[in-house]
Amino acid sequence: MFRPAATTAARRLATASTTPTVATAAARRNVSFALTDEQREFQDLARKFTAEEIIPKAAHHDKTGEYPKEIIKKAWELGLVNTHVPQAYGGLGLGVLDGAIITEELAFGCTGIQTAIEANGLAEAPVILAGNDFQKKKYLGRMTEEPLMAAYGVTEPGAGSDVAGIKTKAEKQGDKWVINGQKMWITNAGHANWFFVLARTNPDPKAPAGKAFTGFIVEADTPGITVGRKEINMGQRASDTRGITFEDVVVPEENVLGEVGAGFKIAMGAFDITRPLVAAAAVGLANRCMHEAATYAAQRKTMGKPILAHQAVSFMLADMAMGIEASRLLVWRAAADRDQGLRNTYYASAAKCMAADVANKCAADAVQIFGGNGFNTEYPVEKLMRDAKIFQIYEGTSQIQRVILSKFIADKYM
Amino acid sequence: MSLRVLVGVKRVIDYNVKIAVRGDKSWVETANVKHSVNPFDEIAIEAAVQAKEAKLVGEVIAVSCGPPKAQESLRTALAMGADRAIHVEIPDGSEKTLEPLAVAKLFKKIAQDEKMLAGLLNWPQGTFASKIDLNAGDKSLVVTREIDGGLETIKTALPAVVTADLRLNTPRFATLPNIMKAKKEAHQEVHARRPSASTCRRASRFSRSRSRPSARVVAVSPTSTS
Repeated sequence: MFRPAATTAARRLATASTTPTVATAAARRNVSFALTDEQREFQDLARKFTAEEIIPKAAHHDKTGEYPKEIIKKAWELGLVNTHVPQAYGGLGLGVLDGAIITEELAFGCTGIQTAIEANGLAEAPVILAGNDFQKKKYLGRMTEEPLMAAYGVTEPGAGSDVAGIKTKAEKQGDKWVINGQKMWITNAGHANWFFVLARTNPDPKAPAGKAFTGFIVEADTPGITVGRKEINMGQRASDTRGITFEDVVVPEENVLGEVGAGFKIAMGAFDITRPLVAAAAVGLANRCMHEAATYAAQRKTMGKPILAHQAVSFMLADMAMGIEASRLLVWRAAADRDQGLRNTYYASAAKCMAADVANKCAADAVQIFGGNGFNTEYPVEKLMRDAKIFQIYEGTSQIQRVILSKFIADKYM
Repeated sequence: MSLRVLVGVKRVIDYNVKIAVRGDKSWVETANVKHSVNPFDEIAIEAAVQAKEAKLVGEVIAVSCGPPKAQESLRTALAMGADRAIHVEIPDGSEKTLEPLAVAKLFKKIAQDEKMLAGLLNWPQGTFASKIDLNAGDKSLVVTREIDGGLETIKTALPAVVTADLRLNTPRFATLPNIMKAKKEAHQEVHARRPSASTCRRASRFSRSRSRPSARVVAVSPTSTS
């Protein structure tokens, strides 16, 4: 009676550690946590750039909300922007792991500025995944010729997590498409040269999500587009987020991305590239929190010794360190898997969720370590706490990430 | 023949790192410690590349005498704009006992091999340069030097040795595309040669240098800053 149960349990235990990714024998690899020489040089460049160009100006952009145009231009000149654009279209064709390393360094300086830069990658991802050669040449090519910005327009006032619930529609009229609707919280909307827009093309409410939406590339100067005012947010204030209204916006057939009806998959596919990068930014912010808190704790004295010598404080820093190391490794796993052509959705969701939660804890603890000073704008940590919150919300809320992971677990055990 | 510049580059412990002495007091801790190009070397590379961009100089050659890891510094030099890199490879660990005179002699040999006129010890020099004006036409150099009392301006003939001071320039960032290119270039350009045993001894006696072309002092001015 016991044996069958024991065998099943034993088998379950044996396979508990294997992950539900599509892995072939050819994809087996030796694990290495070392970066290549080239990756270390990228990291050094991004770190230096952050120290010299981003950190000195971050507080100014946070206070005024001024778009960091000059900083983005300098980053663009160094090749730090649009890193995933393939070499055939003027880009460097770097992988997700290379991007994650660079992103973490820039985010250490300011996640608002880094998000403005990252949004380009988010908009470009669907084009890189599903665009034809003409579209890639036209819309990716121009990004490497001039420091232009682009934006990814999926979220609406009424639909964020529920992407299948978006109401912006695109109707075929003759040989053109006409888009009507509203998007909200679109990063870079005020400065974009073009948008990736997801719109409903199948009006039948019973049509499955995988067939009802289409992705479009829309030039920002198309008549009928009204960009709203820059929203004043809690954090990442250097970044530009706005609502956009589409009123009878005419888009040519050649700007349909991939197949009509395949838009949902394309929009979601982009996340496998961008979620690890957003997670990397959260790791960068968490790292900054620890750096600031540890530096302060080493100098500030209480009861005759630096507060770093008090365990209550050093334990908080130890927790920060563990969270940072663990979430960074999750990011690297998600990124490296993607670079090797493996399906990385499981790790991308885990990385994004964990890194966001870690970043928020590190930021709150950093303010705590600074005490009264931490609450004040003359010290750097209150900004970090305000900036951290959005990581649990955008690019898939922490709740949605858990829904995704739950599905993987359910598929395996039910 | 256009002018060429030979720039020395060294891989050192990053200036931000807190130096720790090894437990056995034999050396400083270098394992897993961040290393980078000596900041003064970066300033020197920048000066050389700027001269090349101003078309005063035809070629910039970066040289490093060091263990295999020194290649990282040479790749940085290439990514910043140096045309070629020479790596004089010495065994890992022996960089601790590599003496300045040995390095000078290695540089002299490279200068001779590269057919850069005359030997090193016969050249004038301008050290602690905070400003360099290169006149390729009449092959002369005006160097403003930072000295204890202020600034000293000297004029020298070429070829000459110049050492860089902090205020000479602000080194550029190596761009990402250049970093990727340098990785491919480095394999072709970098080659190792064995130094002879005699260059590894510390100079044990000093001799009066023979009279060599000297630099002519043009002006001395006290600094206006405190």
